[in-house]
Amino acid sequence: MGDLKLMKGNEAVAEAAIRAGVDGYFGYPITPQSEVLEHLMANKPYETTGMVVLQAESEVAAINMVYGGASCGRMVMTSSSSPGISLKQEGISYLAGSELPALIVNVVRGGPGLGDIQPSQGDYFQATKGGGHGDYRMYVLAPSSVQEMYDFVKIAFDKAFKYRNPSMILSDGAIGQMMEKVEISEQTPRRTPEEIEKQCPWATVGKPTNRQRNIITSLYLDPYVQEKHVLKIKAKYERMQKEDVLYEKIKCDDAEYILVAYGSSARIAQKTVDIARKQGIKLGLFRPITLFPFPSKELFEVSKHLKGALAVELSTGQMVEDVKLAVECKIPVYHFGRYGGVIHTPVEIFNEFKSKFLGGI
Amino acid sequence: MTEEIIIAGFGGQGVLSMGKILAYSGIMQNQEVSWMPSYGPEMRGGTANVTVILSDERISSPIVSDFDTAIILNQQSMDKFEGSVKKGGVLIYDPNGITRHPTRKDITIYAVEATDEANKMGNTKIFNMIVLGGYLKIKPVVAIDNVIKGLEKSLPKRHHNLIPENKSGILKGMEIVKQK
Amino acid sequence: MDINEIIKPENLVYKKTKLFTEKPLSYCPGCGHGTTHRLILEVIEEMGIVSDTIGIAPVGCAVLAYEFMDIDMQQAAHGRAPALATAVKRLMPNKFVFTYQGDGDLAAIGTAETIHACNRGENITMIFINNGIYGMTGGQMAPTTLPGMKTSTSPFGRDVRIMGNPLKITELLANLPGTYYVTRQAVHTPNAVRKAKKAIRNAFEYQKLNKGVSFVEVVSNCNSGWKMTPNDANKWMEENMFPFYPLGDIKVPQLEKA
Repeated sequence: MGDLKLMKGNEAVAEAAIRAGVDGYFGYPITPQSEVLEHLMANKPYETTGMVVLQAESEVAAINMVYGGASCGRMVMTSSSSPGISLKQEGISYLAGSELPALIVNVVRGGPGLGDIQPSQGDYFQATKGGGHGDYRMYVLAPSSVQEMYDFVKIAFDKAFKYRNPSMILSDGAIGQMMEKVEISEQTPRRTPEEIEKQCPWATVGKPTNRQRNIITSLYLDPYVQEKHVLKIKAKYERMQKEDVLYEKIKCDDAEYILVAYGSSARIAQKTVDIARKQGIKLGLFRPITLFPFPSKELFEVSKHLKGALAVELSTGQMVEDVKLAVECKIPVYHFGRYGGVIHTPVEIFNEFKSKFLGGI
Repeated sequence: MTEEIIIAGFGGQGVLSMGKILAYSGIMQNQEVSWMPSYGPEMRGGTANVTVILSDERISSPIVSDFDTAIILNQQSMDKFEGSVKKGGVLIYDPNGITRHPTRKDITIYAVEATDEANKMGNTKIFNMIVLGGYLKIKPVVAIDNVIKGLEKSLPKRHHNLIPENKSGILKGMEIVKQK
Repeated sequence: MDINEIIKPENLVYKKTKLFTEKPLSYCPGCGHGTTHRLILEVIEEMGIVSDTIGIAPVGCAVLAYEFMDIDMQQAAHGRAPALATAVKRLMPNKFVFTYQGDGDLAAIGTAETIHACNRGENITMIFINNGIYGMTGGQMAPTTLPGMKTSTSPFGRDVRIMGNPLKITELLANLPGTYYVTRQAVHTPNAVRKAKKAIRNAFEYQKLNKGVSFVEVVSNCNSGWKMTPNDANKWMEENMFPFYPLGDIKVPQLEKA
């Protein structure tokens, strides 16, 4: 077992990046995620692993630094919170269009606009349906604990390189700011330039005499060529759906009803399940871990023996659309959420569940 | 065993770090822990609070609306959290600066005169350790040895010389806490 | 005389650098882009650094620069080339990294990235083509469009009271501590081309010193955008652009005293 540490979710992301052998982090401060850059700067990985850490002049610059680094086959990442992630959308679209692996961490806060700095899940659509312009998706992981904030950094990079596509960790202010114990993994050494060139023969690292030049671009002026390119990208998303869906089922096997929730909401909903079970109500929790690809097939299977599902999220109803699509209207699906940075309590969720399915409180 | 605690007071009273030390102590004795702060602009000078959960099982929600124990260090927090203590739960407070004392009859209320005691000891920095000592006397959820281990683990080496005075603060708190 | 009698090695006066791809340049005849491309590629070839060079293409007329340059290249979002170059150089400090940007890219939409890369002193080369107009999108006003100059979005001439002043970004950048070498050149005459090539060579050589940004502005015509013949455009450039954007070195390295 690795070393145990008490860490904030944001610190766990930073520590995981160092330990995973990440080559570069480029970011810009914004609450509630600034601890990522702070932790990196305090730990000076540029003196140990050689990881580059740079505070950029803006979120826009940061995501484009990520684009430059990713174009060289390097493991590079950025993190921000909602308004900053909006600024990065152009760059994320370019990453997807140029088929570049990278990690973007969004520690979501209340919105729209400047909003507030409290936890929210209002960026679900932006994260899972594209976000920037054009026809693309990210591989989106939703951690619900500080340990997962740590562990998902490696998974996100693995999938980013597997698919040559940006990954996102979609967290929120609660998971970013809370502390829990984290098992720290051993240091993975950064890849050598030779290993990078072997793994990423497409990388722009300087053209040797024995290969064609490498070009990183998302520009295909001929629409038929562009269409082919989009189809290639689409095929990756279909493969993700087949090979890399992640989810968790809690007390679903004998459940008559389930809550569907991800991230911090899933933690809170878990307590609602405990409350219901104490009263003899057969309630379960289905937690999507990958929000894209959404575990639709798996949720459909679970829903076959259910009387209903309540989607619980800190938004006015975003994930609930994917839940409804997944169960194909076979069971009633309702939505419950708090908005703009307010967090629902386990009891609030329980009361809503009862009023929707059990005829009142 | 699951203990859900809220610690609330002014920013600068060491509310968040007290919670952190408690959480670290839990790790030292193989408990599951969570530490969920209020965060944002109110941290400087305004009110600050942190929810700490210690448990032998996986912790579900890190956010709870009622608590086994509330540790309250200013009037605003008293107004906000006295009602959030579970029936049969515990409320510990420092009467210094409190103008409206707690009145609930269905919980047990303790006072720890930590501000006065810290002044007497000539070390206001150990105020939060005195409070922590008072809490651990009433609810020995973690052993003092594990608190010390937690301090050793969480404090940078250059601050390890401060551990003995922190310990004496905890012991003093255990000594002076009294039921109201 | 038959043409085949002339094509002999001993008669060779100009040779295309092998770092040009076989793709014909898509730039308008008389435009400075093609010549500047050639100078950059010649410098890379002569320095023998092909396998160590990464170029960053902009958005603008040179968006397809990578189609003509037989080196590893990245295509940046509009204005962001200095951010890409920053990361590339920091992750691979021993490589040569250059951006190639126009006036809209470098001095309007990408001003923040330009200024901050220059201010941080990234060890990169920035090549800046200034023709006072947006060429690719069809001749709109640029940040460097001269007062009174007609474009499709200043059809009666740039009125600085309404449209603001042209930006002398190169002078501005020369004031920053992170720039090491800042110069303004042109490529419209053989003499100017020789000088510009020397400047570009210097700029690449300075990357070896790790002293900061080496910045080469090339004042160019845009005869299509200016709606002139190439010759008229060059004349207009000399009479109007050069007085406002005077050629020559703006910041030269102070060589350390022996």
